[in-house]
Amino acid sequence: MASEKNPDLIHTPPEMAVAEADVRSLEAGAVVRGSSLWRDAWRRLLKNKLAVFGLIVVVIVTIASLLGPYVIKKTFGFTPDYIPTDNPKLSRSFPPFTGPDGEFSWLHPMGTDNAGRDQLARVLQGGQISLFVGVISTLVSLLIGITYGAIAGYFGGRLDNVMMRIVDVLYSLPYVIVIIVLLSLFRSQTPRGQLVLLFIALGSISWLTMARIVRGQVLSLKNQDFVLAARATGVSGSRIIFRHLVPNTLGPVIVYATLTIPQIMLTEAFLSFLGFGVQAPLASWGSLAADGVQNLGIFPWQLIFPGVTMALTLFSLNFLGDGLRDALDPQMRTV
Amino acid sequence: MTTTNGNLLEVKNLRTYFETEDGIVKAVDDISFQLKRGETLGIVGESGSGKSVTNLSIIRLVPDPPGKIVSGEVIFNSTDLLLLTNEAIRKIRGRRIAMIFQDPMTSLNPFMKISKQLMEMTQLHLGHSKSQAYDHAIRMLETVGIPDARARAGNYPHEFSGGMRQRVMIAMALSCEPELLIADEPTTALDVTIQAQILELIKKLKSETGTSVILITHDLGVVAGMTDHVIVMYAGKIFEQARTRELFALPGNPYTKGLLKSVPDPTAEQGKLYQIPGLPPDVAHLKPGCPFAPRCDHVQEICHREFPPFVQLNADHYSLCHFAREVYGESGGTPIQP
Amino acid sequence: MLRFIVRRLLITIPTILVVISLTWVLIKLAPGNFYSTDRPLPPAVEKNIREKYGLDKPWYQQYGKTIWNIVRHFDFGSSLRYEGQSVNTIIWNSLPVSAAIGLLAYLLALLVGITVGSIAALKQNTRWDYGSMALAMVGISVPNFVLGPILVLIFSLTLYWLPPSRWAGFPSRNLILPVLTLSALQMAYIARLTRAGMLEVLRSDYIRTARAKGLSERDVVLKHALRGGLMPVISYTGPALAFLLTGTVVVERIFALPGLGNYFIQASLNRDEPLIIGIVSFIAITLLLMNLLVDIAYAYLDPRVRYQ
Repeated sequence: MASEKNPDLIHTPPEMAVAEADVRSLEAGAVVRGSSLWRDAWRRLLKNKLAVFGLIVVVIVTIASLLGPYVIKKTFGFTPDYIPTDNPKLSRSFPPFTGPDGEFSWLHPMGTDNAGRDQLARVLQGGQISLFVGVISTLVSLLIGITYGAIAGYFGGRLDNVMMRIVDVLYSLPYVIVIIVLLSLFRSQTPRGQLVLLFIALGSISWLTMARIVRGQVLSLKNQDFVLAARATGVSGSRIIFRHLVPNTLGPVIVYATLTIPQIMLTEAFLSFLGFGVQAPLASWGSLAADGVQNLGIFPWQLIFPGVTMALTLFSLNFLGDGLRDALDPQMRTV
Repeated sequence: MTTTNGNLLEVKNLRTYFETEDGIVKAVDDISFQLKRGETLGIVGESGSGKSVTNLSIIRLVPDPPGKIVSGEVIFNSTDLLLLTNEAIRKIRGRRIAMIFQDPMTSLNPFMKISKQLMEMTQLHLGHSKSQAYDHAIRMLETVGIPDARARAGNYPHEFSGGMRQRVMIAMALSCEPELLIADEPTTALDVTIQAQILELIKKLKSETGTSVILITHDLGVVAGMTDHVIVMYAGKIFEQARTRELFALPGNPYTKGLLKSVPDPTAEQGKLYQIPGLPPDVAHLKPGCPFAPRCDHVQEICHREFPPFVQLNADHYSLCHFAREVYGESGGTPIQP
Repeated sequence: MLRFIVRRLLITIPTILVVISLTWVLIKLAPGNFYSTDRPLPPAVEKNIREKYGLDKPWYQQYGKTIWNIVRHFDFGSSLRYEGQSVNTIIWNSLPVSAAIGLLAYLLALLVGITVGSIAALKQNTRWDYGSMALAMVGISVPNFVLGPILVLIFSLTLYWLPPSRWAGFPSRNLILPVLTLSALQMAYIARLTRAGMLEVLRSDYIRTARAKGLSERDVVLKHALRGGLMPVISYTGPALAFLLTGTVVVERIFALPGLGNYFIQASLNRDEPLIIGIVSFIAITLLLMNLLVDIAYAYLDPRVRYQ
């Protein structure tokens, strides 16, 4: 039955939809060829203009988010949370590049929010949180997924069957819904605690496909000669898994991780938008957008700036991921 | 309708190149040959020799990009196919020139009943109505030897065995009674016993309908029983062409000799199988001189330096070699005076 | 084929029960209660509330009662927040809203996505291809809670072409913006999937045969390539539904539509236990059944599988 042989065909989640055929072939155990020549791949990546654009934007945004608030604090003196309490004239929302009396001003390139906080600083700090959550959650899902998939693939047999059945069942669950319930119920007292909750919740969304990919790779690699050689010299099972098999799955893993980060960021953003994600005083792009929507008619810049920044970053990450996939192995590409 | 000298097909100086990441691959590099009406031409070569691309070029099915027919003429019944519009060439495909491919499993649409795939041909080219096309399809299936054709016409390709599928392909190809049938390795994917059946079928249909055939293969054994003329291709070039009997009896090229030697002969005393040493060349990076030089057992210093001449050994017998006449002589032939 | 269906149903039913139980457990485990406010309630009042809603009974009795009602009568109880309304009624009333925009969004996405994707595949590596795929990428990257408000900003608040949020019955101009917002993501995915599927099919041997038969390019695509090329889109239907679902949640909030998603969020924020369980169960059942249908359709559409 098509669905039993290739369950991923039926339930490919959109995050892999763009690489669906790749997933299919990877899970069938097609060996990824030539990914050991990193320099070759790098050269190919550079030829792809969109991917390079993506890479540049991502780097800019990351640096801006990490250093931005600090720089702003040094030059202008406000932190993202700085609410000007002394001057009531400043406690309202200014449009971009506008000063208190409507004159042109360099102070607030993105305007301010209702309490007078500098939007640029807030957006950059939001970027910190969004990117942080995205990367860490992806790492969480990577960890779980790689371990799970490697074990299933290496030991094969009944263990593999059971493990993959579990994955199949989990796949069909509407777990974003369950996560919303979870997050609404277990609201953490501290914003930090909420972040940890988010990492776990978001990480548990994406590990399934990663497990499948890794399993497929391991299955195809484990029968190859170099594994035989390792075993013949008495290397133990777990060593084989982690020192030999895992490095060879690095290519698809990197590609998938790069494509997962924007997916997770999107999920976090919409969770925060609904009120279940990042809690005040921490802000992510999602919660900033939620604040912005409140005043859409009057102060549209409060939504537009975080929204567009987010879209741009996701856009760039997606292109970068696509480019990486094309570069690391042109054979993986079917488009 | 034929050309003035009775040729159904004349290929002149055909060049088809592919643009790849590794550079330009000259898959077909200056090929010329003729096919008389009613004859069978065999094209023999290893993988990568350019034999398939030659035939795709004839009906202009070369994937573009990355391939491109760079120059040459393909004269079919006084018309140069390479100059026709897309619409015109489509009218010829299937109707006047038909092609069958190597792997019948992947060459038939798995989502369509074979009756429909057959009917498509005559509905398109002969203007058949649905019932006419259906009857014709059944008849074609019976002609190629599908048992219980009427019942099986509604089946899907995967419900047939490999040999049956190839018969279906042949039925489809011959539906409109084309003047030329190009068979690209029709038996390579099949069992040996089925191979013989399919070849017999092609032979029989050819004599019944008078269709001319171009048969592409890497197997000399197939060529021996089926063809009137043979072309041996290597690295995109014709290395030898002759009447079949002459080629087998009096080869004039070291490559051909090597191929002949590799055909396993059960009556031979020696137990070891002969293989031409080395591997086919990387056509993207050909060295100067004769492409076969690295593997040739007659090789001399000139072979690495200069590209060999196309020597005429006999009325229809040509060989691409610096020492064609000598090799021909070794085989027992007497080359004509230049 | 029948065995396949039966086997899947056998897995589906326990899965649903697991989902329901899991949700129930989570709600019970979570700190706080639905009736919590900032100030602690006087004990007597609290006791009354707990008695009224059966919260004073031991946990296994509560669990048993919940499951029993569900399995026996499909009765999910009454909402704790919306006095007197049964969960079933709420779901029944809000479902058409979500279904309407969901369905319309998906149909729109299919129409536009398949067309654009097919053309991109046919004109591979041309400006049309790059352009439409870049646009598709934008569609994937812009979150719907950004796209929606921006559309509202442009079309409602600035140009006054379309009415802003509100539910105004089924065929009404109010639906245009929510449907557009919801379908953007799907449109983009389907376009990319179609392109990928078509490209792969167009490279296959049987397409070469079709061309060798002399068929026009249009016939090659429509009669031969499309069937195989759309398979990825069909198998995407399952996940598409799941993503439409999460999409409606946001869209309904933004446009203030009284749909299932909106009620779900409200219930979650209110700790409205019966309503949460009801909606989650309903969603789980729907998704699982839809996935089953998609699997069946996929198996049916591939003759290699159907006639085994």
